Amino acid sequence: MNWRAIRAVIRKDLLQAASNRIIWVSFIGVPVMLLVIMPVGMVLMPQLVPEQIDLRELETMLRSVPPGLKARLGAFLADQMWVMLAANYMFMPFFLLVPMMISSIIAADGIAGEKERKTLEGLLYMPISDAELFISKVLAAWIPALAITLVSFIVYGLAVNLAGYGTMQRLFFPEPAWWPLVFLVAPAVSLASLAVTVIISAKAKSFMAAQQASGFIVLPVIALMVGQVSGLFFLSTWVVLLIGVLFWAIALMLAKIATNKISRDELVTQV
Amino acid sequence: MSNVIIQTDALTRRFGTRVAVDALTLEVHRGEVFGLLGPNGAGKSTTVRLLNGVLASHGGSARVFGQDVAAQAAQIRRRVGVLTETPTVYDGLTARQNLELVGEVYGLEPAQLPARIAEVLAEFELQTRADDKVATYSKGMRQRLAIARTFIHGPELVYLDEPTSGLDPEAARMVVELVQQQAHREGRTIFICTHNLDEAERLCDRVGVIDQGRMLAIGSPAELAHQLWQGYRVVIKLAEPLSDQQLQSLGEVTSRGDANNPPTLLEFSLPGLQAVPDLVSALCGVGARIVRVDPQHHSLRDIYFAVRQRHQRSGEGQ
Ligand SMILES: Nc1ncnc2c1ncn2[C@@H]1O[C@H](COP(=O)(O)OP(=O)(O)OP(=O)(O)O)[C@@H](O)[C@H]1O
Ligand SMILES: [Mg+2]
Repeated sequence: MNWRAIRAVIRKDLLQAASNRIIWVSFIGVPVMLLVIMPVGMVLMPQLVPEQIDLRELETMLRSVPPGLKARLGAFLADQMWVMLAANYMFMPFFLLVPMMISSIIAADGIAGEKERKTLEGLLYMPISDAELFISKVLAAWIPALAITLVSFIVYGLAVNLAGYGTMQRLFFPEPAWWPLVFLVAPAVSLASLAVTVIISAKAKSFMAAQQASGFIVLPVIALMVGQVSGLFFLSTWVVLLIGVLFWAIALMLAKIATNKISRDELVTQV
Repeated sequence: MSNVIIQTDALTRRFGTRVAVDALTLEVHRGEVFGLLGPNGAGKSTTVRLLNGVLASHGGSARVFGQDVAAQAAQIRRRVGVLTETPTVYDGLTARQNLELVGEVYGLEPAQLPARIAEVLAEFELQTRADDKVATYSKGMRQRLAIARTFIHGPELVYLDEPTSGLDPEAARMVVELVQQQAHREGRTIFICTHNLDEAERLCDRVGVIDQGRMLAIGSPAELAHQLWQGYRVVIKLAEPLSDQQLQSLGEVTSRGDANNPPTLLEFSLPGLQAVPDLVSALCGVGARIVRVDPQHHSLRDIYFAVRQRHQRSGEGQ
């Protein structure tokens, strides 16, 4: 492996992506909105508008909470329960959505976008193997997705702890399930969505087409989100671990398929 | 090492049922500027892709530096530079960053890379805008950068696919001059695809005319002219017509006088340029009074159209 060449291509992809306004909005705007503003608002609700907290709704939600968790939550006042549920459970799926979205956008830009701008062919003439090209494109998308997820996690943790401190009178985030979520599941779903985007981008003619076509991969996460919010089930540590293993298996399988799509003949026949 | 840099034998590539490159056979020699001339869709770009192992062939063989392009594409690529039809420059990067990318991928010494980039930027007159994003460049500047990136690693063989297309005359002239500077350096070989015949005339030592994937003719312009017109034409203008007697004493010097020409205009077909002085002295010997000697130059344009015409005629004859 020629790591210097790989590093150079990654750097180029990131510089090129950074010059695209749409990409900045999704990298900064979306995480800030979903992972800072919205959760802080939710966590602050008991302090700002106590009358809005509907105890009955809270009870419905609690009914579908796993018994272990319910026992722990039972010790809290209603306000505190609200904060715990909001900060520790409601936003979990967003931590999957953000890395998926980011890796998918960069991968679509780096392959389909580069095809659209007609610069991909020039890359194919350079002394870089198909495998090295594949790794560059994957890392260029995966590293920023993971970095932004990690930064979001830290900022989120500080923000919700700070916002909920008045209600909780202690640090209450994160619950144990967050560790496998951020460090196991998020990288896996990010890799999976990235692999799907690579497969689609190898065929797509433009960045937008690739983006739209790979949009469906967020559906499982949306399903998870709807389930979560309606109180269908809550992600316990074990469930998260299991999902993590499952997604890694899927991600590696998809990555394997994607490797074969990054071949010179396939790519150049369509430029 | 052999003098033949590129050698193909019946190289073929199809897209579906369409044959883009059809049993193409050609040779390109070390140090020459070779021009592949042909109309749109002739198969020029496809040939470049095949020669770089970027596209797989469906028949025949191609060797570059004596190595098989399919099996040894990786080794070949290190020694080659390619200017693609649409320039591969990244808008979101500066010129310097674009060149750094190429230098690093081709494995130039990290310690020497900044100096080499500065040198190339100066050669291609980009130094004043080196740290501006390429998105702000004019088309001519982008093309200069695209050519600069093709040469930065000192390739032995360079492909230029339509280097001046879409440029204004001044920018195009600048590109031609830059290519002339880079050609013939350290035995470097250049392979140009173009349908700009004037540009090819200025740059190319040898040319190949391709149409519908087939090579119609290949050789130096002089060789092709010789094949097409069987000899070297010279037109001589006299002060007054020759008498029959004078013509007879000219003996074996054959004049192919054109019936349409005035009698003071004689047309000769000679084996080569070196026969001109003998012809002139023979004419003087019989007392002819010469006003002007015009060796008939065949431009690449004449050659190109003659080749295509000959091909069309032979096609109709079948
Ligand atoms: N990826 C592809 N898929 C299908 N057909 C193709 C593909 N690439 C080239 N062709 C066809 O092969 C033929 C040769 O194309 P090529 O691009 O090599 O021509 P060219 O001589 O470079 O033309 P131009 O002067 O327009 O650049 C054309 O008929 C073209 O339509
Ligand atoms: Mg072409």
